[in-house]
Amino acid sequence: MKIGILGRKLGMTQVFDEGRAAVPVTVIAAGPCVVLQRKSPDTDGYHAIQIGLVEKVGRRAVTKPLAGHLKKAGASSVKAVRELRGEFKGLDVGATIAAGAFEGITTVDVVGTSKGKGFQGVVVRHHFKGGRATHGSMFHRAPGSIGASSDPSRVFKGLRMGGQMGSGRVTVKNLKLIKVDAENGTLLVHGAVPGPRGALVLVHGIR
Amino acid sequence: MIKTADYLDRAAMRTDIPVFKAGDTLRVHVKVREGDKERIQVFQGVVIARKHGGLRETLTVRKISGGIGVERIFPLHSPIIDRIELVQEGRTRRAKLYYLRDRKGKKARIEELRRD
Repeated sequence: MKIGILGRKLGMTQVFDEGRAAVPVTVIAAGPCVVLQRKSPDTDGYHAIQIGLVEKVGRRAVTKPLAGHLKKAGASSVKAVRELRGEFKGLDVGATIAAGAFEGITTVDVVGTSKGKGFQGVVVRHHFKGGRATHGSMFHRAPGSIGASSDPSRVFKGLRMGGQMGSGRVTVKNLKLIKVDAENGTLLVHGAVPGPRGALVLVHGIR
Repeated sequence: MIKTADYLDRAAMRTDIPVFKAGDTLRVHVKVREGDKERIQVFQGVVIARKHGGLRETLTVRKISGGIGVERIFPLHSPIIDRIELVQEGRTRRAKLYYLRDRKGKKARIEELRRD
């Protein structure tokens, strides 16, 4: 059975496992989420549920149209809304998803927005080697040739160049779920997760 | 709602660790797993460094075993440590005693801290 939840990355720490090794973990404050809408093939052409992360937001963040949408689920405010493809039997509008729903799941996929690095050159962005710094070298961090001359008279699409790096959607798959702390509403996931502390993340799991 | 991950660290940190610093001589009782049996092994030596902080703190213990310097780095809050005994306090003028690695015999000694 599939399950998904929205949450916030709290940061990283380490825990000691049974073998007494220190395991690096990312702590995610997961949920609570509420199911806002169900989509079915009859009305929308596909199966999906729409979930919202229940969190206090500013008065102006809940517009009248949104308030009306939330009312059906009995929620007062949500920070973020995401759609999860799939049937999700038993999760009707108004149902809540908490961290405890991940009990028994061994691996999860985490979707987040990576840290923005700004405009970066090819050395940082694509791991180009760059040239020699000294001994008369006049080639340092430039990308080098980006194409030939009159034929083809253009730069090929997809050529690696400098540009905006980071701040994009990143999915990390098959992270071990180390611990489900239902009491505190947190998930402990093995290793790193995209984004800064406090970033919104979507956690997928399959039982 | 929980705002930081600190609560985990606070819960996982040990409270049975004695106060000690670099230069002190410790007896570290380590749990050793052999097959499915477990026994305690004692590692006695001089603390030459404490590093990091909080849950991630580690200590480096150095001893001379059979004429050869041996150093072990323990995560301070690891469950692998059964207990730590403070044997002797040492008088030092720095926090990291890496210079002991280059010294031998009498010069590698650390003066005992006298409180008077």
